[in-house]
Amino acid sequence: MARQMTVTGQRTAAGGVTRAIRLSGVSKVYGRGGSAVRALDQISLEIPPGEFTCLIGASGCGKSTLLSLVAGLEQPTAGEVSTGSSRVAIMFQEPALFPWLTAAGNVELALRARGAGRAERRQRATELLETVHLSGFGGKRPHELSGGMRQRVALARALAQDADVLLMDEPFGALDAMTRDLLHDELDRVCAGRQLTIMFVTHNVREAVRLGDRVVVLSSRPGRVVDEFAVPIEHPRRIDSAPVAELASRITDRLREEMSRGAR
Amino acid sequence: MALGDGRKVLPAYAERLAWLEALEVSGSAPPADQRGRRLIARGWAALWPKVLTIAIVLAVWQLIHVSGWKKAIFPGPAGTLSDLWDQLRTGLLWHAIGTTAERAVIGFGLAVLIGAVIGALVSRIAPLRAAVGSLITGLQTMPSIAWFPFAIILFGISTTAILFVIVLGAAPSIANGLIAGVDYTPPLLLRAGKMMGLRRLSLYRYLILPASLPAFVAGLRQGWAFAWRSLMAGELLVIIANQPSLGVLLSTDQDQADMQGATSIIIVILVLGILVHTLFSLADRSIRRRWGLTGTV
Repeated sequence: MARQMTVTGQRTAAGGVTRAIRLSGVSKVYGRGGSAVRALDQISLEIPPGEFTCLIGASGCGKSTLLSLVAGLEQPTAGEVSTGSSRVAIMFQEPALFPWLTAAGNVELALRARGAGRAERRQRATELLETVHLSGFGGKRPHELSGGMRQRVALARALAQDADVLLMDEPFGALDAMTRDLLHDELDRVCAGRQLTIMFVTHNVREAVRLGDRVVVLSSRPGRVVDEFAVPIEHPRRIDSAPVAELASRITDRLREEMSRGAR
Repeated sequence: MALGDGRKVLPAYAERLAWLEALEVSGSAPPADQRGRRLIARGWAALWPKVLTIAIVLAVWQLIHVSGWKKAIFPGPAGTLSDLWDQLRTGLLWHAIGTTAERAVIGFGLAVLIGAVIGALVSRIAPLRAAVGSLITGLQTMPSIAWFPFAIILFGISTTAILFVIVLGAAPSIANGLIAGVDYTPPLLLRAGKMMGLRRLSLYRYLILPASLPAFVAGLRQGWAFAWRSLMAGELLVIIANQPSLGVLLSTDQDQADMQGATSIIIVILVLGILVHTLFSLADRSIRRRWGLTGTV
């Protein structure tokens, strides 16, 4: 089996830090006593700076919980989560834009939260909207934009936080295939030239292979790391190319195996 | 290997983007002349049911008048409306409207201020909510006229007594509106705001308060209804010499058994109430439009 631990060691030179995210023995239990649900069990994972890691698993495997823990929105029941001195931004399946602000206003608020002055906010927001191909849409309110555009504003807002770590919780899950394909390219472009460490949760195996440097497979109830695959495919990738499909089908087989074990 | 090397954009990216966007963003604004026509059509659609309703009310009124029921005291629409017209041309009615409007503005303004502060505090401080949360709802259901003996003993026959009751009548609704808005701030937006680094005051100012705006406006609208009722009750009970107000005029008409005059004042009160209510509806609609909560813009 082509199982490799990491292929990203060569990137550690960039920051001098060996890992951007470290989870050691992380467990999360909801509730108490008889009704307690173990969402995550003994997860250990290290993600070096600049790596694009995809987490994949059936629904209910605690993928979103894992991101919430890394984001610091929730605390683990046991184990340790560390993001060092990294600044962490998050994107959800819904854009979670503020409906009372324009697209530019949403981006500017993220800049304001970081303490940027008015002129800087305006300039950076314009640049960031340009980055996600939305110049000219800054004055629109979220409801005036399409689903893909809203998610691109959310991406611009996440970038505005100047984060080193970007957590993405099925950010393209609610979009149609064509828009999603486009946003994959968008994300590739945005990542180029930035030292972004990305943790990307999805249940779409092809999407994971299309985007990731590494795909981590989680089991269901409780979520455990059962396998991980390096993705040694050259960029630019296409979601419908043969190497992507080939690796995706291998990962799918592994996932099926895990699911049937869980069902038994 | 540098990170930027590998991730190149597929060549057709820009074209695909443009094509998808052309699909996605449809429904641009119609040309100006069409827009004007649509505005007139929409104005008419909103207007005719109201005109028809007024016509029906006048017709029924006239019918009762013609039927001769309580002929001696029940006025017809023609007599009443001409009485109203006469009153509108004297300074007294306008003076009275001025006094009443001034009390409404001051009383409601105080209620907004006090209600908002109480709402903000109660929504943020858990023990305070446990202590006074249900009290606020209790005050909301209390008929404000019941406060007048209390207010009159406390403040005497004065404008202060009236304002006091207005605030007691309206502030609970306004506070509750704000509390509801804070409570129903979508958790996803809160998570997004916290991840952005919004904390405490800035979280409140840039996220929670704007998110509660629709519920707050609903609270204002309800608060206004209570304020207006309290004010009218107050002006009938607390009659201050040499200070004509709508309540004083109404009370005088009652003493003189001037049914036409009384009905005229009632119409004035009704119209003023509707006017202010319309302002709140407009504010509500403009918020809903900005937020994209309406089907059509």
